[in-house]
Order: sequence, then C-alpha cells, then structure tokens
Amino acid sequence: MSQGTLFDKVWDLHTVGTLPSGQTQLFIGLHLIHEVTSPQAFAMLRDRGLKVLLPERTVATVDHIVPTDNQARPFADDLAEEMMQAIEQNCQANSITFYNIGSGNQGVVHVIAPEQGLTQPGMTIACGDSHTSTHGAFGAIAFGIGTSQVRDVLASQTLALSKLKVRKIEVNGVLAPGVYAKDVILHIIRTLGVTGGVGYAYEFAGTTFEQMSMEERMTICNMAIEGGARCGYVNPDQVTFDYLKGRDFAPKAADWQQAVAWWQSLRSDADAVYDDLTVFDAADIPPTVTWGITPGQGIGVNQQVPTLDSLPESDRYLAEEAYQYMDLAPGQAIAGTKIDVCFIGSCTNGRISDLREAAKIAQGRHVAEGITAFVVPGSERVKQQAEAEGLDKIFAAAGFEWREAGCSMCLAMNSDKLQGRQISASSSNRNFKGRQGSSSGRTLLMSPAMVAAAAVQGAVTDVRKLL
Amino acid sequence: MSQIKSVTGRGIPLVGNDIDTDRIIPARFLRCVTFDGLGAQVFADDRAQTQGQHAFDQPQYQGATLLVVNRNFGCGSSREHAPQAIAKWGIRAIVGESFAEIFLGNCVAIGMPCVTADSASLQQLQDWLAENPRNSATLDLAAMQVNFGNHSISVCMGEGPRNMFLSGTWDACGQLVAQADQVQKMAVKLPYVSWSRAVH
Repeated sequence: MSQGTLFDKVWDLHTVGTLPSGQTQLFIGLHLIHEVTSPQAFAMLRDRGLKVLLPERTVATVDHIVPTDNQARPFADDLAEEMMQAIEQNCQANSITFYNIGSGNQGVVHVIAPEQGLTQPGMTIACGDSHTSTHGAFGAIAFGIGTSQVRDVLASQTLALSKLKVRKIEVNGVLAPGVYAKDVILHIIRTLGVTGGVGYAYEFAGTTFEQMSMEERMTICNMAIEGGARCGYVNPDQVTFDYLKGRDFAPKAADWQQAVAWWQSLRSDADAVYDDLTVFDAADIPPTVTWGITPGQGIGVNQQVPTLDSLPESDRYLAEEAYQYMDLAPGQAIAGTKIDVCFIGSCTNGRISDLREAAKIAQGRHVAEGITAFVVPGSERVKQQAEAEGLDKIFAAAGFEWREAGCSMCLAMNSDKLQGRQISASSSNRNFKGRQGSSSGRTLLMSPAMVAAAAVQGAVTDVRKLL
Repeated sequence: MSQIKSVTGRGIPLVGNDIDTDRIIPARFLRCVTFDGLGAQVFADDRAQTQGQHAFDQPQYQGATLLVVNRNFGCGSSREHAPQAIAKWGIRAIVGESFAEIFLGNCVAIGMPCVTADSASLQQLQDWLAENPRNSATLDLAAMQVNFGNHSISVCMGEGPRNMFLSGTWDACGQLVAQADQVQKMAVKLPYVSWSRAVH
C-alpha cells in the first residue's frame, strides 16, 4: 500500500469519514459540470427534495453538444437546444456559476478550469466526464464520475470511494524533435495496455515530465484514463506555480506565498512508497499513431501494423476485430495510409500550444486535395489568443476550417461527424468503433503536429520530415 | 432501499474484450435530459451491423437478466447512460473478467452488481449459457459464486461495494448527505476554499 505520495496526502486531507461499507467519504474541492451528464442529476435532486450543498464549489460550462459553426440560438438541433436550456435553468435555479457561449470563458470543461486558475494543486476534483484526469497535471486528484455521483456531489460535496493504489511511471530524458506529449502517453498506454491502470492512480514522474509545460502535462494526464487509470497526476513544481500565478482564481497577495508552501508540502516524499514502478526512456519514444480500435493499439509512425504472432495471445482477438474494422492488414506500414478528415482539437490537444505546433507544420503548405481539415480551439480564450497570434490566418491560408470552441468531432455529439467509412487523423483521445459519429467511421490518434502533417500530405506522415 | 443478495435469471453471453461505452450507447443517444428510452438503444450500432445476430437481438436471450462479458467491459467515457441502457434493457447484474473503473462505480450507484471471474470460468459460463439459454443461473453475493446447471464458479467483488449491496446501502446519497455538518467543517478547514472565494 502506498505511503507518502501526493495521492495519499490529498486523499487523507479530504477524508470526511469511513462509511459503513468501508468506503471513504471524500470531500470534493472542485466540481465541474456540463450539459450531458448533469440534467438527470438535477432531476434526481428534485425527486429527493435535496438542495445543492455548496453551490460555490461547482462551476458549469457547455462543450459536448455545442455547434462549432453556427452557434445562434435556438440551436438547429432541438435535442441540443433542450440540453442547453436545461443547464441554463439548473445553474440559475441553484446559484451555480455558468460559463455560457459568448461569455469569453466557455470551452471544453477540461480546458477552461485550468486556464482560469480554478484547477489548483492539492484539490480533489470531480466531473461527469472521464477526461477529468486532465486536472491531475496540477497535482490535483481528479477523476471522472457518472451522473448518480454528480448527484451525490451536488447534494453532499462528497463521494463514496475506495482508495486506489499508486503506480509511479517514470520517464527520463529529452524527447527527440517531432515527439510530443501525445506520443509519450500513447507510448505508455501501448506498453502498459488499456487495462494496466485499472485500480491505480498514475503518478507521472521523471525528468521528461519535469521539463514539460503545464499544457503538455495536461495532455499526459488527460489520457491516463485511456490506460485504465481513473486519475493521473504530476507533482506540482515551479512550472505549475508560474502557470497559475495571476490567473483569475489563483490565490492572490498574501495568500500566494502560503499557497505555494502548502502545494510544496503535498509533493510525494523522496521516500514515498508506491504499489508499483515502471520506467521509460524518452529516447525510445517515436511519433506514435494508433492503428486499431483502442488507444492501446499504437505503433511508431515508421512501424507496421502488428501481425498476430507478434502479439500476446490475449490481444489477438481484439487485433483481428481491429484489422477488419480498420481495413488495415497485418504487416502493412501505417505511414502512407490515406486520410479523409483531419481534426485538431479536444480536451487532449485543443490548447494554444497544440495549435501553435500544428500551425508550424501548416504554415506555407496546403491541405491535400479531397481532405476536410478543421481546427477547433479548446475554449473561447484559446480561440482569442490564437487569433491574436494570427494562427487562424495560417490555418485558413493552408485550407483548414477555423471553428468555434467545443468538443466537436472528438465524440461527435454535434454536427461534426465522419461520414460512412471515412478515416480521420485526429488529435483527440479515443479511436473506438463509431466514436467520431459514423458507426463505421475510423480514427487514427496522433499528435496535433502529426495531424497537420497528415492533412498537408493526404496520408499518415512522419512529422519529422516536415520540421 | 433494497438489499441485493442474489440475482437469478436467464443469462446472455456477450463475447469480446474492451467493449467501450461508446459501443454500449453511442454518443448521439446522449442528446437527452432523462435516461428514459435508453433501453431500446443499447448497443445500437453493433446491433445494426450484425443484423439480428447480436446477442441482445437473438430471440433465445430475450428476457435475460444476467449479462456475462469478458475483459475491460465498459471502458472509455464516464457516461452513466451506458449502465442505465443495459439496466433498462432488463439486465440486473454483470459477470466479467474485468470492468473499467468508472463504469463499475456507475453500476454500483444504480444497484447493478458487477462481479469478476477468471477467464476459464467465464468461458465455461458463457459456453453453458449459449447451450442453455432457457435455464436460469444464480449470482449469489453472499457465497460469491455463480451457480448454473450442476456447476459453480467463484466470483470476486470489492469488499466496499459488496457490503453496500448486501446491506442495501448501494445508493450512498442519503449517507453522504447525513454528514453535511462534517462536510461544512472540512470546507472551512481546507486552505484553498478561502483562496478561491473569488469563484463567486
């Protein structure tokens, strides 16, 4: 059992008590809600005659269903409009801060909370969305929950949970040019598998993560859940503090020094005990692409789709399903695979640094013929910043569409969808069957720079050739 | 709230690893403000593609209450719509080799036990169900066994959730709300709560 890790310290600080079942009642410091997983939770509260206990600890926005082209109300999609009205009414009736479209603060929930300084080290954070693990980048314990648990947090500001084990994942060394945070996490998931993290929190440690910016750390923690780990985190350090300082909700004046001291004290101890340790060398990580139907089915961009006999027996059934669904043959090179659609955005890779990296590749080049390519900023603030830097013009000149903020084609709850058997190069987080809105559509996950490279070449390309 | 000590009924084997929540309930069906109606949409795309051959469409499995799956069932999105859709179709308990963490928590919260077994035992159970779709099996949470025909396999479940089902406290909301005073005290004690007062 782990001892002295940040996870242990934050868990203990937030433990309200032990429930009769033996589970912990854990205080949730920040609760984020959005339009998809909250309406039923508010309905359950009404049914039970319960109130929101601490409305000031919940913050809401809309992201999953918002159109990224025409955002005029009412939305063209009646069902989306109904969800929009539900969250507007629920937030108003319960005195919950709501960042609506046009507020300047709206965006993907896992983009807006960090950029406003709502996400801070040492917090427990919950949201009805599996990619809540993103916030662990700050040294918070953050995890996704379902709607009944959203109800529990609204009603009690707590959750009934069993403590997780802690695995330290150490990556050391410098990443080669053209290798990004996305490649690191795809490499980790490819190695440890999509179930490797079940029952664990992942602590990402080592010099590679220490050298990363906060946005890169968010990309890493975002996909912890794709490796089965409900939460992932990085110990807070000077990079964290520099990012937070001056943000809207960051501690101010005299509170700041006190906050930094408290955050420092929460770092995992030098002699902390972990349930498991896995070590990687940054030099071994290539630009990585998924070829299959889970985020664990990844390969280096210059590798071939694995043959059955190269895989452990337990992975073969899924591999056969993936060859068929993806229409890729074992032994086939992934580079050169023709693409139909390119999507840059999502809570994984829709932040300003992601757009800058993609724009570097797009600049002076043009999207290949027959390809639809579009860029969806993660938030209204990201969009504004990108436009101030002229990134929108670079993308437009290169033939990319420039959209409004939202989740968009990561999960295709709005009108941004693949059609039929289309295949996408996507900076998002899931390549599940049907994930991008067509029940036979196909997804290749990769870094935003690799998506831009695929867009201009019309096929999966090693981005290092375009640097 | 009701205690859940066992679930008895006909079973439905659903073979495959890593069946994610997008497959259980595709995202387009999440455009709703209630969970009503999700039962008809469970596995919508998989069922359309297999044209009647999906286990949830096969006549012999209609009315089944025990779902038997393989590895990492329910991975992906945290959408509670997934277990809700399965439950509204008629399932009351799930047996599998392993489950994704968030999915498992959602199942507990809606009173649908999920238990795990080793892959050989699961294979045996799935094979038996395919041959005996009209016969009942029993998940016994007190003995932690699934009994079917003349066979019996051992199953596992976390001690916390198991206690919640056996004692009828799987809906934790009431217990959590009862501690509101303690929660308020903790909110005052945690330093960041006063630093970020500016939230309002």
